[in-house]
Amino acid sequence: MTELDITILFAGVIVGAAPIVLAALGETITEKAGLINLSLDGSILLSAMAAFAVAFETHSVLAGFIAGALVGALMALTVAVFSIYLGQNQVAVGFVLTLMGRDLAYFIGNPYSRIQGPQVKPLTIPLLDKIPFVGDVFFHHNVPVYFSLLLILLCWWYVYHTPYGLKMRSVGEHPRASYARGISPQKLQLFYAICGGLLVGLAGATFSLATKPGWGRPQGAEGTGWIALALVIFGGWNPVRAAIGAYLFSFLQVLGIYLQGWLPSVPAQVFQVAPFPLMIFTLLIMSIAQNESVQIWAENKAHVRAVLNMFSSMAPSALGKPYRPD
Amino acid sequence: MNRFEYLTRHSRHVLVTVAAVFFFTSLVLIIAGAPPLAAYYHIFKGSLGSWIKFSHVIKSWIPLTLCACGLLFTFRIGLWNIGIEGQVMIGAVFSTAILRLGLESQMPSIIILGSIIAGLVGGALWALIAGFLKTKGGVNEIFAGLGLNFVAQGVILWLVFGPWKRPGVASMSGTEVFPPALWLSQVASIRLSLPALAIVCIALILTALLLRYTKIGLHLKAIGNNPSAAYLFGLKPARNMVLAMIFAGGFAGVAGSLQVSGVYHRLLPAISSNYGYLALLVAMLSNYNIWLVPWVALFFACLNVGSIQLPMALQLDSSLSGVIQGALVLATLGIHGWRRRRAEVRGQKTEDGGHMIGGREQKTEDR
Repeated sequence: MTELDITILFAGVIVGAAPIVLAALGETITEKAGLINLSLDGSILLSAMAAFAVAFETHSVLAGFIAGALVGALMALTVAVFSIYLGQNQVAVGFVLTLMGRDLAYFIGNPYSRIQGPQVKPLTIPLLDKIPFVGDVFFHHNVPVYFSLLLILLCWWYVYHTPYGLKMRSVGEHPRASYARGISPQKLQLFYAICGGLLVGLAGATFSLATKPGWGRPQGAEGTGWIALALVIFGGWNPVRAAIGAYLFSFLQVLGIYLQGWLPSVPAQVFQVAPFPLMIFTLLIMSIAQNESVQIWAENKAHVRAVLNMFSSMAPSALGKPYRPD
Repeated sequence: MNRFEYLTRHSRHVLVTVAAVFFFTSLVLIIAGAPPLAAYYHIFKGSLGSWIKFSHVIKSWIPLTLCACGLLFTFRIGLWNIGIEGQVMIGAVFSTAILRLGLESQMPSIIILGSIIAGLVGGALWALIAGFLKTKGGVNEIFAGLGLNFVAQGVILWLVFGPWKRPGVASMSGTEVFPPALWLSQVASIRLSLPALAIVCIALILTALLLRYTKIGLHLKAIGNNPSAAYLFGLKPARNMVLAMIFAGGFAGVAGSLQVSGVYHRLLPAISSNYGYLALLVAMLSNYNIWLVPWVALFFACLNVGSIQLPMALQLDSSLSGVIQGALVLATLGIHGWRRRRAEVRGQKTEDGGHMIGGREQKTEDR
């Protein structure tokens, strides 16, 4: 464990990041269309529980994934309907669902805790896995991991290179203008909330069927939803950057395991919370990077500007402000 | 609309809410394969069945009410103080530090008083960090607070497993129990601590007075309702936000302190017991009304304590209380929204202006 093997380290990062990537991409899509789904942490747990329970009862991993995705979509649908059609505060609804999703998962999942259940089988991709290093890092995993990798590209292409993606962004940036162009902001936001929710549900299913197989209280996925929410901001509402953030986070987690081996005197729990101050710090830097006086100060300093550009990003202008037809 | 009509209408909505929650919870229970009525009966008996059980309810009512009081300040100015959980924890840590210093002291009551003040300071300082991150650093208070919650949890774990570990074995059960002299006094016959109850009463009255009759309350409300107008009017949103955070953190810190000196008599990782998060729901469900807060908190405390019986009696998980609490808030939000929508369809504005749930515009530009 204390021996640092770069290949195993990176492979671990790719595997550990898979559910986080899925959740962060799902939330990015939802927020790109202008809606905040704060319920991620509860959604992930509830869908993880549902996926495990269904897979256990039906002996089918696929059914588990479908159940997880549906639960995630249902949670997102609740936030969307409450916010878009009932005019309620998105943050409030999302937060209530966060707590409730977790408690529901613990309550309904109680009979399924700490039992052996089905899990995703590893699947090596032929030919590609023979490539030295790259093959070991990327192509010795299972379907959810490959899916998470593929989805990054897919999301990026969809958001920035298709007319649908353009419509989605327009709704998030300026719903009134989209409405004038004949797009229904309410319907599109509802649609993308559900799409994002499906991915969040898949993230939960990936946890309980692949990354940390099984169910229990605690499952081990607690807190991931909040990380994913922060990663969306970290990624500046860009799916590729959000995914990079997920890999960085996973890297920190895996590194924590090694550090524990090297520094046995420091309690393990300290390493587990380490990413959170880092998240605050990143958000702080991002906010500073957008500060006008800082930008003026950095105008003639090429290196500083490059760093600032890395961190500066704008939220969709209509994020969190549901469109009300007049 | 006259008062009578308003009341009948209002009670109808409450009835619909309760019916919806009842239906939903029963459905969940049936899915879990449990008899719903038996579960409700055990929750009722487990919380109000005997004085001992009711004293446990009051023990969890105290931190819940304290936290909810503090949250009224931050909600009033439009802040989502999710970091309250961490503020409870740091209050408990500061408090424990004072109690540890006073282990050999001859005047335990002074030490306990000092520990409560330390808790207040600790919670307020932790809230101050989130407040400054929000106002000076432009970091959204939800993420700052949440991150700080995890950090606070890390601090407690580090203390419990490191510098403050029990001689011999360090474990999740916490630090060594303090000598009874350093326990918050408790009237044996009713199993309640009068100082703690007094603190809650003071907190309730103080919150009501400050929010209703002082300039502070007015400023918080003005900024919460319209930050840019308040700014033009010469109010300082940033300063008032920090002030609201200090109030919330202070109350939360006292709650954490009372958990240490009055309930557990030691510091343990689960010291905050989710009371901070739950208090957010209490504040929302009481519609940010200080006079509803203690009653909603009491009901939530009953659910919490009552559901502890479920694992033993029916082999169910005790998290049912959380399901009911969440469903209550969600149903309230939903019915409020439905009513507003129907009113809009009818082409008129809702007539009861007192509701703030959802009425607030969200401020997310600063993320």
